[in-house]
Amino acid sequence: MLSRLKNRTPGDLVFSAFVAVTLAVVVYVTLYPIFFVVIASISDPAQVSAGNVSFWPQGVNWFGYEQILADQRVWTGYRNTILYTVVGTAVNMLVTIPAAYALSRREFAARRPLMFFFAFTMFFNGGLIPTYLLYRDLGLLNNMWVFILPSALNVYNLIIARAFYENSIPEELHEAATLDGATYFSFFFKMAIPLSKAILSVIMLYYLVQHWNDFFTGLVFIRDYDKQPLQIVLRDILISNTAFAGGAGGAGGTGGGYGQQFADQIKYGVIVVSTLPVVILYPFLQKYFEKGVMIGSVKG
Amino acid sequence: MKRHFARQWQLWAMLAPAIVVTAIFAYGPMYGIQLAFREFDFAAGLTGGEWVGLKYFQQFFDSPQFWTLMRNTVTISLTTLVFGFIAPIALALLINQVIGVRRKRFTQTATYLPHFISIVVIVGMLQVFLSPSTGLITRFLENFGITGVNFLGDTSTFVPVYVISEVWQHCGWNSIIYLAALANVDTQLYEAARIDGASRFQIIRHVDIPALIPTMVILFVLNMGGVLNTGFEKIFLMQNTLNLPVSEVISTYVYKIGIVGSQFSYSTAIGLFNTIINFAFLVGANQLAKRVANTSLW
Repeated sequence: MLSRLKNRTPGDLVFSAFVAVTLAVVVYVTLYPIFFVVIASISDPAQVSAGNVSFWPQGVNWFGYEQILADQRVWTGYRNTILYTVVGTAVNMLVTIPAAYALSRREFAARRPLMFFFAFTMFFNGGLIPTYLLYRDLGLLNNMWVFILPSALNVYNLIIARAFYENSIPEELHEAATLDGATYFSFFFKMAIPLSKAILSVIMLYYLVQHWNDFFTGLVFIRDYDKQPLQIVLRDILISNTAFAGGAGGAGGTGGGYGQQFADQIKYGVIVVSTLPVVILYPFLQKYFEKGVMIGSVKG
Repeated sequence: MKRHFARQWQLWAMLAPAIVVTAIFAYGPMYGIQLAFREFDFAAGLTGGEWVGLKYFQQFFDSPQFWTLMRNTVTISLTTLVFGFIAPIALALLINQVIGVRRKRFTQTATYLPHFISIVVIVGMLQVFLSPSTGLITRFLENFGITGVNFLGDTSTFVPVYVISEVWQHCGWNSIIYLAALANVDTQLYEAARIDGASRFQIIRHVDIPALIPTMVILFVLNMGGVLNTGFEKIFLMQNTLNLPVSEVISTYVYKIGIVGSQFSYSTAIGLFNTIINFAFLVGANQLAKRVANTSLW
């Protein structure tokens, strides 16, 4: 197909050049800020603020990272987020996948009303205060389970997984297994699960990222700082500018142990440290993400 | 048939956790909506207070905040909707024109990387990059004679900064679905267009764009359903006293008067107003799509 699109006229050639230049600019604009954060995090802050750092770190030092690693709050946030992400994603999978399979069975009479029951919640909700009061009554305020139970099912992911089971598991396979005496349980565990590794990884990744980046839950429902996820700790360091104010043992305030310029270096470092897990995994996972979006686009 | 029915309990068992979770955590709060029509009573709990009818809605409509909140919410969400909708389509059409599989893959992969960065980090990056004294972007713009702007602290730059950063973060990701649609275009259409002497630009106009219309309609309808739901988290994190006149939106206001200020009934009423408007937009957009493009969500 691509070869057929090749240039034939001078106009096509101009068009190709336009496409190439535009996309080069787009890629540069997308990646450069991320690249800059990385080199700025290990550069001399004075050089960064003087505008001398553009493509190569200047005056390499690890002061920012030393400060971050010495700060207990970053570790606590990291530990909490890993805990919430691992437990949360496990619960997500246990709730979502069997439900998606059940909803994909065409002979299941309650299928349509149940789909409506789930899908309706995508467009209508009780709002923040009723939610808050419900969690309070359920004892979920300031409780780690608030990160796990309310988000146990993401309806969008449910629909993606259901579409996969509908379109990718041949009906004949189910009929043959049924004739051999397979129940829904045995078919699900012995056939559907092994045949759906691709969709399982897609859904798992979506949930992992969702938990890793969850900021709202910590903000609204958690009071104790030692239960806060990484994103709240990040907010304090990056945006409220508090966690490191005098954190290095200085006199406190902005005139603490180190100058304001070091605060920026720490910020760059914190961005790297907190985003690293996602970015390291990214090249390995990106084909799954893409697959997920495409399966999700199948009209269900 | 009987045996068949007897076995469906297993499907119900598989659905049970999902049903329970949805009933409690999605439908549970809907029961609490009645709070918008009641006087909240700390002692009597969620449903113990006096009925007050539409008192809290009236209070909201009469409050001096109402028009500011509506204006800000609609401005931010509609601008984001328009740019956030067009940009991925343009990007997908461009990426689709790249010849060479590896180059195409690289462009695609690079452009959707920012989608996975958390909102807190994005706002943190905006703050360091747009810092009035040392920010990377501030310094870059100085080359073009744009100086002395405090981008996050100015009422005229808040919305552009918000929208541009949204497009920067999600444009690549949102283009994937359009690229998938373009990959399904029948190659014979391209050949036919070529034989008729179409230029590459004409092919985009007459083959590619029509192929995207069904996807565009569905995504447009879905996005319309969130018009007043503009990202609470990002706006909240970007807010400061200087930009508050343009950055206070319904969702941040509900959080402040409800969770922080404990005016439960009043903020439930505002939240409900927000949800109803969203729902109306969704239904309206869906009706429109049904009539105009013969596509709909339901």
